[in-house]
Amino acid sequence: MFYRLLSVVQRQRTSQGWQNWSPARSGASTAEAHSVALPAQTQVVICGGGIMGTSVAYHLSKMGWKDIVLLEQGRLAAGSTRFCAGILSTARHLTIEQKMADYSNKLYHQLEQETGIHTGYIRTGSIFLAQNQDRLISLKRVNSRLNVIGIPSEIISLKRVAELHPLLNVHDLVGAMHVPEDAVVSSADVALALASAASQNGVQIYDRTSVVHVMVKKGQVTGVETDKGQIECQYFVNCAGQWAYELGLSNEEPISIPLHACEHFYLLTRPLETPLQSNTPTIVDADGRIYIRNWQGGILSGGFEKTPKPIFTEGKNQLEIQNLQEDWDHFEPLLSSLLRRMPELETLEIMKLVNCPETFTPDMRCIMGESPLVQGYFVLAGMNSAGLSFGGGAGKYLAEWMVHGYPSENVWELDLKRFGALQSSRTFLRHRVMEVMPLLYDLKVPRWDFQTGRQLRTSPLYDRLDAQGARWMEKHGFERPKYFVPPDKDLLALEQSKTFYKPDWFDIVESEVKCCKEAVCVIDMSSFTKFEITSTGDQALEILQYLFSNDLDVPVGHIVHTGMLNEGGGYENDCSIARLNKRSFFMISPTDQQVHCWAWLKKHMPKDSNLLLEDVTWKYTALNLIGPRAVDVLSELSYAPMTSDHFPSLFCKEMSVGYANGIRVMSMTHTGEPGFMLYIPIEYALHVYNEVMSVGQKYGIRNAGYYALRSLRIEKFFAFWGQDLNTLTTPLECGRESRVKLEKGMDFIGRDALLQQKQNGVYKRLTMFILDDHDTDLDLWPWWGEPIYRNGQYVGKTTSSAYSYTMERHVCLGFVHNFSEDTGEEQVVTPDFINRGEYEIDIAGHRFQAKAKLYPVTSLYTHKRRKDDVELSDLHGK
Amino acid sequence: MGRCCCRCCCPRGLWMLSAPYYDDRRMCVCPGPRRIGIPVRSSSLPLFSDAMPAPTQLFFPLIRNCELSRIYGTACYCHHKHLCCSSPYVPQSRLRYTPHPAYATFCRPKENWWQYTQGRRYASTPQKFYLTPPQVNSILKANEYSFKVPEFDGKNVSSVLGFDSNQLPANAPIEDRRSAATCLQTRGMLLGVFDGHAGCACSQAVSERLFYYIAVSLLPHETLLEIENAVESGRALLPILQWHKHPNDYFSKEASKLYFNSLRTYWQELIDLNTGESADIDVKEALINAFKRLDNDISLEAQVGDPNSFLNYLVLRVAFSGATACVAHVDGVDLHVANTGDSRAMLGVQEEDGSWSAVTLSNDHNAQNERELERLKLEHPKNEAKSVVKQDRLLGLLMPFRAFGDVKFKWSIDLQKRVIESGPDQLNDNEYTKFIPPNYYTPPYLTAEPEVIYHRLRPQDKFLVLATDGLWETMHRQDVVRIVGEYLTGMHRQQPIAVGGYKVTLGQMHGLLTERRAKMSSVFEDQNAATHLIRHAVGNNEFGTVDHERLSKMLSLPEELARMYRDDITIIVVQFNSHVVGAYQNQE
Repeated sequence: MFYRLLSVVQRQRTSQGWQNWSPARSGASTAEAHSVALPAQTQVVICGGGIMGTSVAYHLSKMGWKDIVLLEQGRLAAGSTRFCAGILSTARHLTIEQKMADYSNKLYHQLEQETGIHTGYIRTGSIFLAQNQDRLISLKRVNSRLNVIGIPSEIISLKRVAELHPLLNVHDLVGAMHVPEDAVVSSADVALALASAASQNGVQIYDRTSVVHVMVKKGQVTGVETDKGQIECQYFVNCAGQWAYELGLSNEEPISIPLHACEHFYLLTRPLETPLQSNTPTIVDADGRIYIRNWQGGILSGGFEKTPKPIFTEGKNQLEIQNLQEDWDHFEPLLSSLLRRMPELETLEIMKLVNCPETFTPDMRCIMGESPLVQGYFVLAGMNSAGLSFGGGAGKYLAEWMVHGYPSENVWELDLKRFGALQSSRTFLRHRVMEVMPLLYDLKVPRWDFQTGRQLRTSPLYDRLDAQGARWMEKHGFERPKYFVPPDKDLLALEQSKTFYKPDWFDIVESEVKCCKEAVCVIDMSSFTKFEITSTGDQALEILQYLFSNDLDVPVGHIVHTGMLNEGGGYENDCSIARLNKRSFFMISPTDQQVHCWAWLKKHMPKDSNLLLEDVTWKYTALNLIGPRAVDVLSELSYAPMTSDHFPSLFCKEMSVGYANGIRVMSMTHTGEPGFMLYIPIEYALHVYNEVMSVGQKYGIRNAGYYALRSLRIEKFFAFWGQDLNTLTTPLECGRESRVKLEKGMDFIGRDALLQQKQNGVYKRLTMFILDDHDTDLDLWPWWGEPIYRNGQYVGKTTSSAYSYTMERHVCLGFVHNFSEDTGEEQVVTPDFINRGEYEIDIAGHRFQAKAKLYPVTSLYTHKRRKDDVELSDLHGK
Repeated sequence: MGRCCCRCCCPRGLWMLSAPYYDDRRMCVCPGPRRIGIPVRSSSLPLFSDAMPAPTQLFFPLIRNCELSRIYGTACYCHHKHLCCSSPYVPQSRLRYTPHPAYATFCRPKENWWQYTQGRRYASTPQKFYLTPPQVNSILKANEYSFKVPEFDGKNVSSVLGFDSNQLPANAPIEDRRSAATCLQTRGMLLGVFDGHAGCACSQAVSERLFYYIAVSLLPHETLLEIENAVESGRALLPILQWHKHPNDYFSKEASKLYFNSLRTYWQELIDLNTGESADIDVKEALINAFKRLDNDISLEAQVGDPNSFLNYLVLRVAFSGATACVAHVDGVDLHVANTGDSRAMLGVQEEDGSWSAVTLSNDHNAQNERELERLKLEHPKNEAKSVVKQDRLLGLLMPFRAFGDVKFKWSIDLQKRVIESGPDQLNDNEYTKFIPPNYYTPPYLTAEPEVIYHRLRPQDKFLVLATDGLWETMHRQDVVRIVGEYLTGMHRQQPIAVGGYKVTLGQMHGLLTERRAKMSSVFEDQNAATHLIRHAVGNNEFGTVDHERLSKMLSLPEELARMYRDDITIIVVQFNSHVVGAYQNQE
């Protein structure tokens, strides 16, 4: 009924619009006429006529690309777009998502004016309710982040909530956030308006035409096979929504686009006796798992239930999503929640329960970008039921990406390349999205780990470590120990452990950190991405010198920290490279670089059979021996002197450890602490681990996890790619001039940009902040994304934070900008600017004083225990 | 209707008995709730309550005596028991024989707290007493048992997926029995429920022995010879049955030798009778023969007696008590149901639209069955036409018209007297056994011969419910099949709600959904279809949903009252493998 109703409404509303763009397509012809004659050749083929496809077409055409064909298998805007609840909300957890939603809001606002198509845009504002203090903290955090990017929002009193919405029961609430510029809009009409504008700009739109598969030659898109014939093209954009996964698989060399659909329900009612005002704000009651908006005088209410129903796992394809079965029993918890929130609705008459599948991704973030395997194959899908909010912004970024080669914002968090092919089995996706969908309205707390789809990739030591109390986190499908729970200690259950305050593992990590500082710890770091580049001649060195900013022509056995930069000088990857011999290099990158770095290297390496790139991640188990006694452990195990005279820092040597030969020992720890990384062929992993542990016993060895590592590296101001560094940050912006050799005798990617930056100065600077008046036990902990204020002025956001057990303070890393007070323009940031400022960090609305540092605190390196500080307890094993 | 008056006039609320109503019952000379009604001569018979087997721990694991006594005192009419049941007439008998070891789990000496001289007590102020849901569950689940046919190579090639069974006692000790076994020398699976009366001796014996008789009847000549030769030469025997038993389902060790000898005689006769041609064994015939043969053996053993006084008394108790039997034999798509008495076998059929319908695979042998009435009248002279069935009971006494044991309805008066006189004292003192049914002219009046119904399984036949009349008298067969069907298919068959064109408000919908969810949550409590069915049978309210309050009341009844409100319930739910059944069909 809703279906018909909506289409009637649409026809009335959009009749003008359709008339506008129909002739524009091909000169007064119908869709049928079109379908007969597909062009033989074009630059871009976009698959999918929903809000994503039309948005990409709209933005591409605006940016000057005209030769575009948009194919829709059914009718335009007839998929999820049609059934979308039409709520545009900017209150997102990621900054990039906030920016996309903000842009969409502005775009939709003026779309009607631009195209003349009625979009039903009404600025209603939205209210986010908090039923408990934790939720309120979460809202406050979002609130401070929204404010600094210029989206108005405020935390409001319950009295104000009741004023804003007449039907709301506020008695069980503790607070709320009001975002006054949020809007409701008809998503189908927005898509049609975008399509209309695009077609006016020359985009050709064909409906009832489906893509069979994409033709690829030599890793490059060459064309598209449709059910109506072939089209040659250079670019293909997969905006197929829930069918994007299937479409990716249909390629000869499948492209994995990990997303999966779940059924999603919302309720439509008849109008209230006194119909709701059209500008009644939208309500989001995340604790009740529901959203409520006004809809034609009645209400529209849906939610994200705890027990989702995954659908289309087998890849059932439907041209247009037919209205699926209503499942009232499934909706019951949400209905209860709705009636609790608005008790007066009891007597309101039901119109319909709509079932519209939504698409979810394994990490609750959308998927965009170019395929790592096929050049010219772009994807924009997996919107986690925020397609309308992201549509405009995501389309813009993808268009920029295609036209310029990179988007104007850092979108790594949304990049398709963050996934490997490993996280794309149907079973994995089905299980994971069942966790992701409820998570949409769950409390988002620091250090959350997914519970489903785990234990996919593990180190050979997994069982050993697990038996010793390891608690695990997952990165890129790989299990990594967070910390080790001593046998006599109990931690809180998963649900209870959610907190914005001091976590329950605080003491455990403290003892691990202490052990790293005073004795020796071993951390399993096998998840790191490991590549080997070998050549017959000097090709390997040549290509690496071109791709990396540091000088790699070092003596054999040396390790170089270096960045892999893009044309803009930004970090595509931050890694350590060891020169194994004249013609062979061993490269260590962050875990989630496995796909991205590989794609980047492949893209830039000459097709030279003499040059061999190999992913050896799975071949080596990595053990990190951190601490002053690591030297003793290793020399005892190898009968080789390991002191810095014989084994200087940043040095790599193959040697024997225990019975095992061929262990790559490197004198670095990724933390700034003394110690070694051991890269062990996996069959020796257990042996070496056992030897290290048994020999290490007398030196007080113990297992440690990533939380200890993180605390150590952040207090030493070690930035990590993916958290602190991204494609838009250059080495100069984070104090790594020493890792750039501008004059190494040959050009490298990004050199020009860096030269220019060196001349002009940097516009932002990575800075370390030490929180001063912060009470670790009582105050909210910093996480990341907290606004930084300098002399009361917003200057940037933090990127990561940790508690330094050595300084007994919280340390945050973050970028400081210098916005002109008059124009808001970015100005050069000098060390002087950094040093001459009073800083505050805003944690959920509360500002804490902070000291800014441009360089690590040196006293940390010279930590030496004074003789009279020694206690008896130091004699205990750790 | 053939049921005790107590049930028919039983009010829904347990605590609302009124004095006049109570009076009525006391004066009532109609048959009681038990299968055998003895005309009451005096209501002031002494009540040897301490001789009665006590409620088991399984029943009321969590109720303290004082609580029980309170309930008891509130709504006592225990003397009603002697109106209807036989036990008061044999007060000592139950005590004097040494209880069977296995009985130990069932019986413990009863405290005297509730022993009181009968007199008029009226329902006093209603007192509330509730069991918590976990207490209710522990009572309901005490006897549940599940069996899954093991899979080989990831595939289950049997047409039976497995079965769930359970029983809830009302008598103490329970008189129902159940059995399940896989035939090892032939294909097929045997499942049966047995409803005993006048004690549990007969149902116990039948539950132990009947499947062996059936299995032997089904065995080919060569196998019988092989077994006989093995016995003869002292070699290891071929196993015949694989039993699937709950720990509470016991076998009597003492009688094992005696039972074996009778069985051996049976197969020896089968061997002798065999003409040599290996004709296909007819399952129907085998079932009928096995039933009749076992009943015959029970009768013979009682007549011959046994030098061991315990065994001698046992065989007499078996013969003088009775049991109905409803047995299913499943082999591939061939389903045979052999029924003697008023237990029932019901097939659950899923229609194409997903709804459930019931197909009855047995006929009750009681007064409600016209053909049975007809049969009885034909088997006896015309002048007995009025006396053979009186008040819907055989000779005015027995409810089922076919049964094992019950030699009082089978033997001639002479034989009965002779056996009783030569029998042990316990028997002699027992008024019930000495009592000769009225109008007893042309015995036998009772037979154990089963009626066998054959059904060829179809893919839509999803399960079979075998249950004693305790279930069928509380629930309609259609409801039984629907509840089991919805349970087995995980409830998603529950008719989805659609608003359609109706005017429904959010509040109405919410009420409806909450109710449906309550219904569903009761499904998830049970891992056993039979338990789920018992929960409904005992706890269903007017709306067909389980009412915890009601369930709690029914389960916290002291044993003496329990029998007034319900009968023993025994249920086996056999689940069929539609894929295998479908494959059979396609082969042909």
